[in-house]
Amino acid sequence: MNLRLYILQRATAALLAPLVLMHLSVILYASGHDLSAAAILGRTRGSVLWGGFYGLFVVAAATHAAIGLRVIAAEWTGLGRRGLEALMWAAFVLLAGLGLLAVAAVVLA
Amino acid sequence: MPDIEVSLWRGKADGRYQVYRVPQRDNQTVLDVVTWVQRHADPSLAYRFACRVGMCGSCAMTVNGRPRWTCRTHTAKVIVAGKLEIGPLANLPIIKDLACDLTPFFEKWQRAKGRFEPRLTRRDAAQRVIPTTPARLAADAAIECINCAVCYAACDTVKWNPGYLGPAALNRAWTLLNDERDAGNRQRLAAIAAVGGCHACHSHQSCQQHCPNHLNPTASIAGLKRATMAAYIRGELE
Amino acid sequence: MNAKSNSERRLPNSAGHRRDALWLAALVHRLSGLALAGFLPLHFLALALALKSEAALDGFLRWTANPAVKVAEMGLVFLLTVHLAGGIRLLVLENTPWFGQQQRLAAGALILAGIAAVAFLVRAA
Repeated sequence: MNLRLYILQRATAALLAPLVLMHLSVILYASGHDLSAAAILGRTRGSVLWGGFYGLFVVAAATHAAIGLRVIAAEWTGLGRRGLEALMWAAFVLLAGLGLLAVAAVVLA
Repeated sequence: MPDIEVSLWRGKADGRYQVYRVPQRDNQTVLDVVTWVQRHADPSLAYRFACRVGMCGSCAMTVNGRPRWTCRTHTAKVIVAGKLEIGPLANLPIIKDLACDLTPFFEKWQRAKGRFEPRLTRRDAAQRVIPTTPARLAADAAIECINCAVCYAACDTVKWNPGYLGPAALNRAWTLLNDERDAGNRQRLAAIAAVGGCHACHSHQSCQQHCPNHLNPTASIAGLKRATMAAYIRGELE
Repeated sequence: MNAKSNSERRLPNSAGHRRDALWLAALVHRLSGLALAGFLPLHFLALALALKSEAALDGFLRWTANPAVKVAEMGLVFLLTVHLAGGIRLLVLENTPWFGQQQRLAAGALILAGIAAVAFLVRAA
């Protein structure tokens, strides 16, 4: 962990707090309404709002998780500096890539 | 009172616990127990102490898994089912038995720039320090550290991150950062913002929970985190 | 040369602090983050089923109606809430004037997460 990673970690954390609260509200709403794929996609397809919200969520979460995983690996595994960098970037690319794919899947018509 | 079954660490890192039966007394401290073993059971036992009244920190050891000052730990308070377990402080190389090598602890103290850098010379008038400014109050709240290494031994981040400067060194850096007489804060901020500096702290607060002087390195480190962030935003740090 | 087998090898015991509430809170925060990071790719892949067809996503959603899956989802809601609450505690700790007795806040985070998880299960049932 260095100063830049720390600031990025805390900044994404601060950003994620309201996003996660919103996401939890969505989950609790959806869980009580037994939504089908049609109902969900009906709301998300073509929506700039949902696309923007979840696009931002994905990038922030991917950054936050990648840095977090790097810190855990640094303290609990024997990985050296290069291994940690590789792990962090691999995690970011995987999470951001899959995440944006998922956002595209539900937003793009 | 029945005898205490005391397990004492003997040897170096590849040593083992050895059990001694020690008479229990009223108002007895763990340091009394260790001293009894060395005088009556095994003169080859190595341990450290100095003041024996809770002001020097030399007698710090691990008692039942926690780092404490043994001269200030009454046996009646820590004996469990008639047993006591005493070892050297954790996170430091073991020299022998209950004595560990504090060199890495003090090296990190220097690396964190825990040394006062004067601005004035003897030819200048002494600088007036107002005791009630927020900075001076912050420094005073953390200044009573006597380098006993209990916080260092309690910290898992020290254990998991060999490069981490540790709570005591960073706590001292915080007091100097708040010292208006000190001229070395540019280098000090760079030192504690480097890898292994204040940002490695996860706020477990084991340091604060165990400090025998009731200091709060976690709070000091939080202050350092804020100071380094502010310096970064101002462009003063990389 | 001290020829001890690995099973006899011991180190001085120094884990007493790992029973403290705030240390445990930090551990819960770390483990919940790890679990969420592991779950996320699966979550994204499930949603990406919509790329195949609406029916593919529908099939998956019907699978999640299984009670065992609902319990697992409740666990995920718990993990997310506990990680969020613990994270907020850290942000407050690092950026606002110090206050003592954070054990109560840490305990509060756990309770909040429990409430969220139960609320989810109740609604989903």
